[in-house]
Amino acid sequence: MKDQNRYNYVIQHADNCLILGQRLAEWCGHGPVLEQDIAMTNISLDLIGQARMWYQYAAEIQGEGKSEDEIVAFRDAWDYRNVLLVEQPNGDFAQTIFRQFLHDTFSVNFYEMLMNSNDEQLAAIAAKSHKEALYHVRWSGDWVIRLGDGTEESHSRMKAAIEELWSYAGELTKPNATEQKALEDGYGVDLAALKEKRDAQIREVLMEATLDFPQSTYTHEGGKDGTHTEHLGYILSDLQFLQRAYPGQEW
Amino acid sequence: MGVDKNDTNQLINQSAIYQILESVTDPEIPVISVRDLGIIRDVLITNDFVEVIITPTYSGCPAMLEIEKNIHNALKKEGIDHFKITTVLSPAWTTDWMTEKGKQQLKEYGIAPPNPTAPENIQCPQCGSKNTELVSEFGSTACKSLFKCKDCLEPFDYFKCH
Repeated sequence: MKDQNRYNYVIQHADNCLILGQRLAEWCGHGPVLEQDIAMTNISLDLIGQARMWYQYAAEIQGEGKSEDEIVAFRDAWDYRNVLLVEQPNGDFAQTIFRQFLHDTFSVNFYEMLMNSNDEQLAAIAAKSHKEALYHVRWSGDWVIRLGDGTEESHSRMKAAIEELWSYAGELTKPNATEQKALEDGYGVDLAALKEKRDAQIREVLMEATLDFPQSTYTHEGGKDGTHTEHLGYILSDLQFLQRAYPGQEW
Repeated sequence: MGVDKNDTNQLINQSAIYQILESVTDPEIPVISVRDLGIIRDVLITNDFVEVIITPTYSGCPAMLEIEKNIHNALKKEGIDHFKITTVLSPAWTTDWMTEKGKQQLKEYGIAPPNPTAPENIQCPQCGSKNTELVSEFGSTACKSLFKCKDCLEPFDYFKCH
């Protein structure tokens, strides 16, 4: 492959969108109220749509004539490059919301910065996705506030969700070798600058939600380089079953 | 272009293609044509080869595939055989590209059209009241959110600004 680093960079973000989209789709028919069930599946759909744009570009870079479906269905867990956060289980609604909020505060800033990429296709994907990410972050942020500044029960659940998931926040903004090279070559995003903007945004929402900004800087990591939690295998066995059992199926 | 055209080729000009595209509607909102929706970015004609350039509304919108198929069928039906449909991402689609005619059609269909000048003042498409409230930012499709009219009490879809 001519540009392995660019491919890896694209795959990381493709996998983030796909896996979180799949997780949210698990809520379909199980949402706490109809409107929020619809919200989660809408966001899922946006994320899977974004994943398609990323995978199509990955296939183009790879240049082996593979389809987006093949890239998704015939890689095992160690070839997936998503961050550990997005594969974490849905848990209760508060956990889903906080996982989403951590993702959305990252992605909205990521896409905004990626619009300046010297890679035209990346800039185009970013401009398209940024509009959708703005909706997503407003939704998840509103819910962090509503649950945090809600009843005693909802507050304690939101607090527990933060405790459960905060240690996955750091991986998003801690550059691996792929992201470092992408930045040096002018097509990637400066994650240090992103982290500053993102943390300020999180701080502001948590304050309004009457919740504390966590002090810990410890982070789980490895997903971006293919080392995953046990959860990813289960997701993939669901996601890939059809193509593995009946290769080449199309809609 | 100074190319000699025979009778059939004379039929293939931009406005004829646009006219065909007028007949292709959004499968989810069958009153609005893909042209009025603003997703047709260009029609290029080289000799007798037609290229229709479209852009997706929302990246995950399942209607896009259907729309592409419908454009394909509409062109075939009108005897256009040499064409391709190209999807471009940039510049990203915006509801600003929706025509006034399209907005009017949405309203008559019962969907409040996008209103970028007064997003907090959405008018009920049933009774015309502006005394409305947002129920959910996510509605029955990716492009719509759910509102309720506080005067006539009817729920309605609002086509979001994008």
